[in-house]
Amino acid sequence: MNVALSIARKDLQIEWRTRMLVARVVPFALLVMVLFAVALDSEPLVLRAAAGLVWLAMLFSTMLVVQRAFDIETADAAIDTLLACAVHPARVFFGKALALFVQLFALVVVLVTAAIVLYGVTVSGSRVVLLVTVVISATSGLALVGTLYGAVVANMNGRDSLLPLLALPVLAPLLIGASRATEAAFGSQTIDMANGWAWVGLLGVYGIVFGAAGSAAFSPLTESDS
Amino acid sequence: MTNSVASDTTIHLSNVVVALGGFPALAGVTFGVGRGELVALRGANGTGKSTLLRLCAGLVPLTRGAAVVAGIDLLVNRVAVRPHVGLLGHRNGLYGDLTAKQNVQFVADLVGATASDVSSALERLGIDQRVASTQASLLSAGQRRRTALAALVVRRAQLWLLDEPHAGLDAAARRELDVILRDATASGATVLYTTHEIDQVVGTPRTITLDGGCVASDVASTIGSAR
Repeated sequence: MNVALSIARKDLQIEWRTRMLVARVVPFALLVMVLFAVALDSEPLVLRAAAGLVWLAMLFSTMLVVQRAFDIETADAAIDTLLACAVHPARVFFGKALALFVQLFALVVVLVTAAIVLYGVTVSGSRVVLLVTVVISATSGLALVGTLYGAVVANMNGRDSLLPLLALPVLAPLLIGASRATEAAFGSQTIDMANGWAWVGLLGVYGIVFGAAGSAAFSPLTESDS
Repeated sequence: MTNSVASDTTIHLSNVVVALGGFPALAGVTFGVGRGELVALRGANGTGKSTLLRLCAGLVPLTRGAAVVAGIDLLVNRVAVRPHVGLLGHRNGLYGDLTAKQNVQFVADLVGATASDVSSALERLGIDQRVASTQASLLSAGQRRRTALAALVVRRAQLWLLDEPHAGLDAAARRELDVILRDATASGATVLYTTHEIDQVVGTPRTITLDGGCVASDVASTIGSAR
């Protein structure tokens, strides 16, 4: 576990030094949200679509953060250092996923705040608990899937375009679940709280499945067979 | 995982074949390296030197033959050899956005080395406070190489595998590196390093030359031995 924490701390140290999240990802995500609102050009429509827009912006932004997370490992063959230090691949997987989670959590807090400010969304009472739970479970899923698919494409040519092509279809269930549950938390009339919690359950199962798959598959993905 | 290779043998390779993408990078290599030996590996580009080091580090799979490193059969479990091996490849394996010290500290955290191990490794490689607190991407090629070597030193591996370790170092750093390698072997570690430079080989007790993925010669130096 200490190894996973060391890897997460290292990734966050790099983020802190480069400010990639603040300087590039957050402005990009906010721009996506503004452009969606401009494109819809209808206040009721934007209010209804707010939850989906937040998670769509999250999905696109996740691709940027994941690419960066694996670029730092391949730039100077640092991944070899990790493997040569006898680090169990599952620990590398969870370490990198943890660092991704922290960055994506910060991002989603900004985006939900932006939805409240820009779109006029309101969250009150027990809905706050649902919203926090959705944010944590969906962000965990994003971090786990992002880490797994980041490793899949890390050594491929054209990985910048391959990552979204491979990962976005897999993230579609998470997008649906997170959007529906967030809609409930935003007080939408089309979905009640009970249904919102049911979607959170799905997000939990999704995270467990990809956590298990990622820890098992990370070793063959990062090991050289040729 | 156990084997019949003598306990004082760190590397035992017999008819080793490693195929990379169907091409035999190593095509029947046989030699042994004893505990505490310092061995230079020579050969032109593409003769399999780097592949041989990566094989011994458990980073590429053995296609055919027998390979036992640090008492571990690579055909059975190549990952198990990694705690015993320190590898410095062509590239330094550093994070450009971290400082030199943070890079060494990170490796120390992975292998359980202490802060004093980090300080002494940095001092040993001549990495002063200014360089230690500089981002690795801003360092010169030689300073980056020194940082990578410091990261290797904190690992205290049983077998050191170095790919062109002298590349990019100035004369003083090369001499210091030679001292570090000799100290490592004196304390029982085994060192296998690749080089193109004949003057570097002169100071090494044994030189193995690869050609076409096979051992072309394996000679003990009789002049200028470092030991």
